[in-house]
Amino acid sequence: MDELDRQLINRLQHGLPLVRQPWEALAEELGSNSATLRARVQALLDDGTLTRFGPMFDIERLGGAFTLAALSVPEERFDEVAAVLEAMPEVAHNYRREHAWNMWFVLGCATPEGIAETIARIEAETGLAVLNLPKEETYHVGLHFAV
Amino acid sequence: MSDCISPSDLALAQRLVALTEAGLPLVEDPWAWLADELGIEVDEALALLQRLQASGAIRRIAAVPNHYRLGYRHNGMTVWDVDDAEIERLGALIGAQPFVSHCYRRPRQDGWRYNLFAMVHGRSADYIEAYRNQIRALLGNACRADEMLVSSRILKKTGLRIAAGRAGAGR
Repeated sequence: MDELDRQLINRLQHGLPLVRQPWEALAEELGSNSATLRARVQALLDDGTLTRFGPMFDIERLGGAFTLAALSVPEERFDEVAAVLEAMPEVAHNYRREHAWNMWFVLGCATPEGIAETIARIEAETGLAVLNLPKEETYHVGLHFAV
Repeated sequence: MSDCISPSDLALAQRLVALTEAGLPLVEDPWAWLADELGIEVDEALALLQRLQASGAIRRIAAVPNHYRLGYRHNGMTVWDVDDAEIERLGALIGAQPFVSHCYRRPRQDGWRYNLFAMVHGRSADYIEAYRNQIRALLGNACRADEMLVSSRILKKTGLRIAAGRAGAGR
């Protein structure tokens, strides 16, 4: 990773400018040229430094419903319950966390009713109570990792 | 930020979600590509993106780094039991800290006393512990208890998407 890669990663976390020729604008800003920048982004995607380049939606504004939820899973059942969630398309992320509530996951559905149904299904399939923690207020969202 | 997204923009935005699920193609004129896919003029496509970004439906068109690869290998979900009378002010304050990536108010439940969530990321366990201490200092007496839940294993990571029922409808 050289200085141009670093500048590009930092700059592109803030977003492509919404002007008619965005890559040209960025090239001018970084003192490079647009084809080089796009080749760099492709290389950073290919080697896994970047996971995605594209529009980041606030998907709730587009009609979806989401929640953060947790389960307290007995150790001997942990892998079995993880597999239940793995198979459900409504489960977006699932992390083990070191706590009595040891399995934390995000549900995404088309409707709020979908969330309630999915939680009921998880409870029926696992026999465990779901801790449902839908967000009530957003104070900040914005990952920015300086390199 | 406006809360208004017109029904026609909403329909286009939902097609945009499906079109760009794998990302935006790295072509010289990405708006022309989008316009082509959506069957609209290129100036309309750019204006649509500007409206969606102004309304908050699109946060930005950006690169998402693999934070593990960049050395940010540690993350902690810090959770705080904050006085309800003070949470709006303090939530905004904690959310404004540069080391906090996500900050939300969530409901208390039976068996769960914490109403403020702040995700912190750092290059070592010491960093995230220090961030937690900084948050604790900022909250002061308004905070009655806290914990930090460190993730030890990614069990699934497919990313958020609108479930098929809706996003698929525009295809």
